Amino acid sequence: MSPETNPSHAPRYGSNMGQPLTRRDGLLKVTGRATYAADNHPPGMLYAVTAVSKIARGRVTSLDVAAAKAHSGVVEVMTPANRPPLAHDPDEKMPPFGFRVEVLQNDRVRYVNQPIALVIAQTLEAATEGAMLLDPQYDAQDARVERADGELYDPPAIGVGAPPGAAYGDIDAGLARAAHLVEAEYFTPAQYHNAMEPHAVVAEWDGDRVMLDMPNQALALSCASYAAYFGIPAENVTIRSPFLGGGFGSKAILNGPQILAILAARMLGRPVKLALTRSQMYGPVGHRGATWQTLRIGTDGDGQLTGLHHRAIAATSSFDDFLEPAANASLPLYASPAILVEHKGLRLDTGTPGPMRAPGEASGSAALEVAMDEAAEACGMDPLDFRLKNYAETEPGTGKPFSSKALRACYAEGAKRFGWSRRPLEAGQMRDEKGFLVGWGMGTAVFHCPHFPAEARATLRADGTALVETAGADMGQGAWTALAQIAAEALGLDPQQVELHSGLSTLPDGGIAGGSGHTASAGLALNNASKDAIARLTDLATGNPQSPLFGAGNIGVIARNGRLHRRDDETRSQSYAEILAGAGQPEVVGTAKAARDPSVGAAHALYSHGAVFAEVKIDPDLGQIRTTRLVGAFAAGRIINPRLVRSQYFGGMIWGASFALHEEAVTDRRTGRIMNADLAEYHVPVNADVPSLDAILIPEDDPYINPIGVKGVGEIGITGTVGAIANAVWHATGKRLRRFPIRIEDVIG
Amino acid sequence: MNRFDFLRPASVAEAVAAAAEPGSAYLAAGTNLLDLMKIGASRPERLIDISRLPGLDRIEWLADGSVRIGAMVRNADLAYDARLAKAFPSVAEALLSGASAQLRNAATVGGNLMQRTRCAYLQDTASACNRRVPGSGCDALYGENRLHAVLGWSENCIAIHPSDFCVPLVALDAVVEVEGADGRREIVVDDLHRLPGATPEKETALAPGELIVGLRLPAAAAAFSANSRYLKLRERTSYAFAVVSAMAALRIEDGTISEARLALGAIAAKPWRVREAEAALLGVTPSVEAFARAAEIALAEARPSGDNAFKIELARRITVRALTLALEGTPAVMPALPASPFSTDPGASHVA
Repeated sequence: MSPETNPSHAPRYGSNMGQPLTRRDGLLKVTGRATYAADNHPPGMLYAVTAVSKIARGRVTSLDVAAAKAHSGVVEVMTPANRPPLAHDPDEKMPPFGFRVEVLQNDRVRYVNQPIALVIAQTLEAATEGAMLLDPQYDAQDARVERADGELYDPPAIGVGAPPGAAYGDIDAGLARAAHLVEAEYFTPAQYHNAMEPHAVVAEWDGDRVMLDMPNQALALSCASYAAYFGIPAENVTIRSPFLGGGFGSKAILNGPQILAILAARMLGRPVKLALTRSQMYGPVGHRGATWQTLRIGTDGDGQLTGLHHRAIAATSSFDDFLEPAANASLPLYASPAILVEHKGLRLDTGTPGPMRAPGEASGSAALEVAMDEAAEACGMDPLDFRLKNYAETEPGTGKPFSSKALRACYAEGAKRFGWSRRPLEAGQMRDEKGFLVGWGMGTAVFHCPHFPAEARATLRADGTALVETAGADMGQGAWTALAQIAAEALGLDPQQVELHSGLSTLPDGGIAGGSGHTASAGLALNNASKDAIARLTDLATGNPQSPLFGAGNIGVIARNGRLHRRDDETRSQSYAEILAGAGQPEVVGTAKAARDPSVGAAHALYSHGAVFAEVKIDPDLGQIRTTRLVGAFAAGRIINPRLVRSQYFGGMIWGASFALHEEAVTDRRTGRIMNADLAEYHVPVNADVPSLDAILIPEDDPYINPIGVKGVGEIGITGTVGAIANAVWHATGKRLRRFPIRIEDVIG
Repeated sequence: MNRFDFLRPASVAEAVAAAAEPGSAYLAAGTNLLDLMKIGASRPERLIDISRLPGLDRIEWLADGSVRIGAMVRNADLAYDARLAKAFPSVAEALLSGASAQLRNAATVGGNLMQRTRCAYLQDTASACNRRVPGSGCDALYGENRLHAVLGWSENCIAIHPSDFCVPLVALDAVVEVEGADGRREIVVDDLHRLPGATPEKETALAPGELIVGLRLPAAAAAFSANSRYLKLRERTSYAFAVVSAMAALRIEDGTISEARLALGAIAAKPWRVREAEAALLGVTPSVEAFARAAEIALAEARPSGDNAFKIELARRITVRALTLALEGTPAVMPALPASPFSTDPGASHVA
């Protein structure tokens, strides 16, 4: 533990690296005792199954409700004809992040896999068969799912409300004076989150109160949103979400199917469970929209950028807007006298996209990092030298200083571990002993550092241990462990003495587990609540004439190993249990609400950084590609738990490999149906695809980002990796591939 | 899924009698059938569970050196049978290149022989598919078909047979033993799967109700054990169906090829044995040129059925590579990545 709880940036064991504790929930998970939402079976529970549209656009003209209801075990069929009213108009967005949703408000179909009815039955099998018996008939219109079919428009905002463009300097002049100009278009396909755990809810009403067991990345926000749909106070909604089997952004925002299941539970007066099938998640629960990105990069004779123009066309649905903010990836990274980023929307007959695994950064960085490689090639420069040449000392455009930026160290350490200095400049130069083409590529990783308001409570108990509480979300990233470590440090306790309650909406609002901001957001709230508890305990001790700390209020105390010590004389101390006993109190409770002061972001540019180096091997005749090595070096402020953080970086890099070589929703251009909506055919990597992963944790002290010095690590790993792999494929083959995922025929063609 | 009757007969005879009823389907491990039932692509009225039938889970070596494999032998058990892997190494390699360890632990020999195409249009009940609904059409044609057939297809169906295991089986003259209402008969595996022609719904040569009870590999097939390979191209390193695959086996005598076997996978509605190419290799001194000629012959009739012309060239190349690897000799130990082009990574061997 830390020798001191204050100040926050004091070194920990000589660095800002915490202890590599194993996961608190690990044993529960590997023994199958961790209960996920769909594991709940309250007495009398019914099963709901959505019937989903097979057309992309049109109307449902008939449903054979009688046939479904006649099926043994079917209890009710909910259609637009009998769907009970909702208190919120589903064709209106739900602030701040909620999308328009499909909840049987009419017979209109706007995308494939849209719910068109809900069948509720005694068994899952009966509900499933009931849904099949509905035999929907349609009045179908042409599906608009290709770029040429969609309507282009100028979006008022991109992502979750960001401006649709930015311009710094004179881009035309910058590109006009370039000695080398690279211009190319890059395509990234629609991708689906595919968390292992499907979207699910078990809803049980008690009067006008409802209990929801559901995987959820944003408990308080979701309670308020569900409450708005059902016309009840937010405190009447309780969400239990102790564990999530992955979220990737798809479990933070309300979706139509869950609303229907909750509605069915109220309609029928019985608990209802809904768990989507894999294929049903390809539509109503978000995805990453396709992008077509054009980059123009100008460089002078020395390899210095003269202009950077990044334009993205981002696909969204016909009825709502979530535009992958891809071009914004070009804003924070490379110094250029002129930068222009622009976005266009493209309306297609798909479900509305949403945040997914580094939204914007992932797809934008994929294009930008390949374009930078092309620009380096045009200049005859090593790709790393080229990036160093254009290193941004301050945030490009705004000129704001970075709160911290150890990217140079990331480049240096990553390159050293990888062996980058031995890389031949030209493509097609390396073969291994078996004759495989070998290529080395790199990319810069970057991710912004959002901070969500959060609250926490810390209770020091009579036995000297603590209970800390915040309604956070553990999606597998290790929140149960890392958050407890933050609290333990602030409390001056060993983590084993700190009990953490989380994943329950009745606890203090833990903010959103998204944007890689959960550890910083919920962690800061826990830190502050813990310090509040220590302050209250200090008052008890220093005000108690019987205490060895009596009168030390002005001098101050240090909390360490379950004792308060006088700052000026550490031999004078008292244990927490003794202090509470002396004061005749069973416990002392600290609370906190924490948010980022707007001045922090006004004064500094806030980003995590990294560098990813990739080696691919490619069969020269058969074109099969394998990412044989990935080395990432990342700097993300203070690291609470290096074991968990390394795992997060691995996960990010694996998703990067997935983006580069595997993931793509294959849509039938005639019908709009996704033809690979299952895990056999929608490929994500297997272990054999990533045989060697290495993540280097670059020390970085950030005195500005927040009082606990924590940035975020969840998504950054994907950002540099996609480009690094594509660039390695070029280096192996000499082929510039600008369409993701890269396929066998692209390499041999 | 629909309501169905579930029967668990006590003997092969009972099973065959039960299956005489129309709408019946045999259930072994269910790794394919149950998935299709869940999505409504297959809706049998009665399932006849053969997974507990006695006597179908044995690997028996016969006096003449051939081997008889019960239809309920699990893929993993067969692949890790040391004697089988020694005599018919490409069979073991093909098995281990298929699916995942979990699926191989469950899936059976008979089930693998009877597995359906992975064509997405067969699975999507809203699409036209002549296999699922005869006469409804083929939406794969002009659809998403980059992995579809380049040989033996018709306008009625462009699906491929997905099995790895069956590719060496057709090359090695394997035979299935079938029980039906009219008693027992044998079908060579090469005749088991049918090309679509005008009747793609007739996927195999089995009569309704006939049950595969065993598989035999002839002793003569073991003559290739020193020079056999199965090679499989796929879009991820494991747990993926083949883009194209090839089994090559050679007998070399006095520096020339005295016998060759060659079959391709994932390019047609059946595992594709190429006897003309085998014949062209007879008496030839092995060389890349000779293998390239064989590959040309093997793919001479190939034509794209959609966005899949690249598969023709890939199939030629994998043919040459598989023959080259077979010439180099069967690996002494099972590679760490069975059948993968990357299986030659040094220093790693397959662990069960």
